Amino acid sequence: MITYLEAIREAQRQALENDPRVYIYGQDVGAFGGAFKATKSLAQSFPGRVLDSPISEDAMVGSAIGAALQGMRPIVEMQFADFSTVGFNQIVNQAATMFWRTGLPCPITVRLPSGGTPGSGPFHSQNLEALYAHYPGLILMTPATVEDAYAMLLEAVAIDDPVIFCEHKYLYYHLKADTLPKEALPAGKARVARAGRDATVVTYSAMVHESLAAADELATEGWEIEVIDLRTIKPLDTDTVLASVARTGRILAVGEAWPWGGVTAEILARVAAEGFNLLDAPPMRINSKDTPVPYHPNLWGTHRPTARSIADSLRVLLRS
Amino acid sequence: MHDMFRLAEAPRPSCTAVEFPETYRRAYRWMLLARVAEEKIASLYRGGKITGGVFLGKGQEAISVATGMALRDGDIFAPLIRDQAGRLAFGESLLDFTLTYLGARSGPMRGRDGNVHRGRPKEGLLPMISHLGAMVSVVNGILMAHRFQKKENTVGAACLGEGATSTGAFHESLNQAAVEKLPLILVITNNQYAYSTPTHRQFACNDLIDKAIGYGVKGHSVDGTDLSACLEIIGGAVAAAREGEGPQLVIASNLRLAGHGEHDDAHYISQHFKELQLGRDCMEVAQNHMLAQKWADASMFDLWHRDSQSLVEEAVAHSLREPAPDPAKEDWCALASRHLLEGNPPQPTLHH
Repeated sequence: MITYLEAIREAQRQALENDPRVYIYGQDVGAFGGAFKATKSLAQSFPGRVLDSPISEDAMVGSAIGAALQGMRPIVEMQFADFSTVGFNQIVNQAATMFWRTGLPCPITVRLPSGGTPGSGPFHSQNLEALYAHYPGLILMTPATVEDAYAMLLEAVAIDDPVIFCEHKYLYYHLKADTLPKEALPAGKARVARAGRDATVVTYSAMVHESLAAADELATEGWEIEVIDLRTIKPLDTDTVLASVARTGRILAVGEAWPWGGVTAEILARVAAEGFNLLDAPPMRINSKDTPVPYHPNLWGTHRPTARSIADSLRVLLRS
Repeated sequence: MHDMFRLAEAPRPSCTAVEFPETYRRAYRWMLLARVAEEKIASLYRGGKITGGVFLGKGQEAISVATGMALRDGDIFAPLIRDQAGRLAFGESLLDFTLTYLGARSGPMRGRDGNVHRGRPKEGLLPMISHLGAMVSVVNGILMAHRFQKKENTVGAACLGEGATSTGAFHESLNQAAVEKLPLILVITNNQYAYSTPTHRQFACNDLIDKAIGYGVKGHSVDGTDLSACLEIIGGAVAAAREGEGPQLVIASNLRLAGHGEHDDAHYISQHFKELQLGRDCMEVAQNHMLAQKWADASMFDLWHRDSQSLVEEAVAHSLREPAPDPAKEDWCALASRHLLEGNPPQPTLHH
């Protein structure tokens, strides 16, 4: 068995092994192996290529950009997605604009440990994919499975553009798979996680699992729910989403991030604009509450969508 | 780069005492070309021919040229907004300056960025983004890559103003360079004003050179109006970095002799600075020095001035004939990986 976290570590190990241009840079990633052990033993196996950085997210990203311009393939580990905003300027104004302004690609990968876990609180729980997706020039990956955590990180390193890799902390140790894949869908292609007939749930990352659990619950009531795992939210696989809505006529977009301008808003905008006639009911979405992520498990438990709240929303969608 | 627009002499000599007059003259000619070129662009701006801002390096030419001249092929240069002289010395074509300011699509930024936000990263000349301090860690990263790639004896120079020393990016980058012991030369020009902000509203330390101790790097102070001092001290700082002595912080003092941009009348600049040594124009100081040393005379200054004017006129005339970008033909694609472009291709426009 291999966990989601181990899959990320294995992808990095292979990247270091197979490509001398790759190096890893982040706080505590060296001898310590990273706050979540995503780089455990890599510094020892690849001396000089897994470097401890100072607490300087701006300089971490800026230097990765420079190294990429000079032909390297850096992987920057942010300790938490929430701290990436200290390096926000370098990501969105330098990395994301480099190719458009100069014609020189900027092949950096920035890993963001994202999402809530019990007790992690407002500054260790955020999902920032929509923030970065807003800026032209970035690829946004949000793997939901062990297999995708592995395959998509390898692809992220190979892609010539800056990739923001949003790995979900709740899935790190909870999700396990038997083996790692030899092949995978490419970036930009969504996956039908569960085929259905009566409604489509479009979602990504940890919410895929909550949505599948909700679909199981609805199945006992005679409803067949289709669940789409977006995998990459930019580029967003609108074709797969519309094809599913063509089959079911109903859509619920589910996201753990906040509602305003989130990925779910983008999905609904596209379906309404490009697939209006496919809809049998108004499109719906469910997100975290519009507050910072609370610390206490009682509050956190209802702040974000859960299998229960997704199932409840689906019942409303199916009746409308 | 366009060779026809380089000066006849090649840049970047090594410098012995015997060669110093030659180096000095070469430096002065780059400074003069920068000054004349910028005067022309400023004039075009006043004539309504330039869209967007115009930023001059008037008064900073000695500092900038000394930095550019100390760098070699393979080095990295991240100039800022007042580094026309340094850019020319490093090898940037005058045409890049005129094509970019005049908005030609054949310029290095193809109309996607303008004025001083230009460069050729493949050739080690980094195009700045507007956020002050942001380019320094990019230089750091290139130097780290050189290390991985076992490229030896290269250095990277980044230029900032004293205002930028207040930014977090400056702090993080200099600290990072020091921790990694990178061959970075950070040239801070203290021209007494950041836009309209005087230094007492910018920092509280007695002298910016004191920051060197704080970061664990070597510091060098220099009179930015004195070309000899700039060549010696900035050249020395670059040599120290190249020798493996770690990051070098240079604090060069002068006075900004123009507005923040040409839209700014700079009425707030205190005239008391003009009484001080740092208020001098480095061009006049250099001319007086060459006359005193008999390294040049008035007729040579005149000849050089006319040469510069003719180069500038040619570059401007060429650039004015170049077409502007065409939005209908523009490749509206921000990704190198075209297969990952979102959804539908960009919408066609109504123009054909």
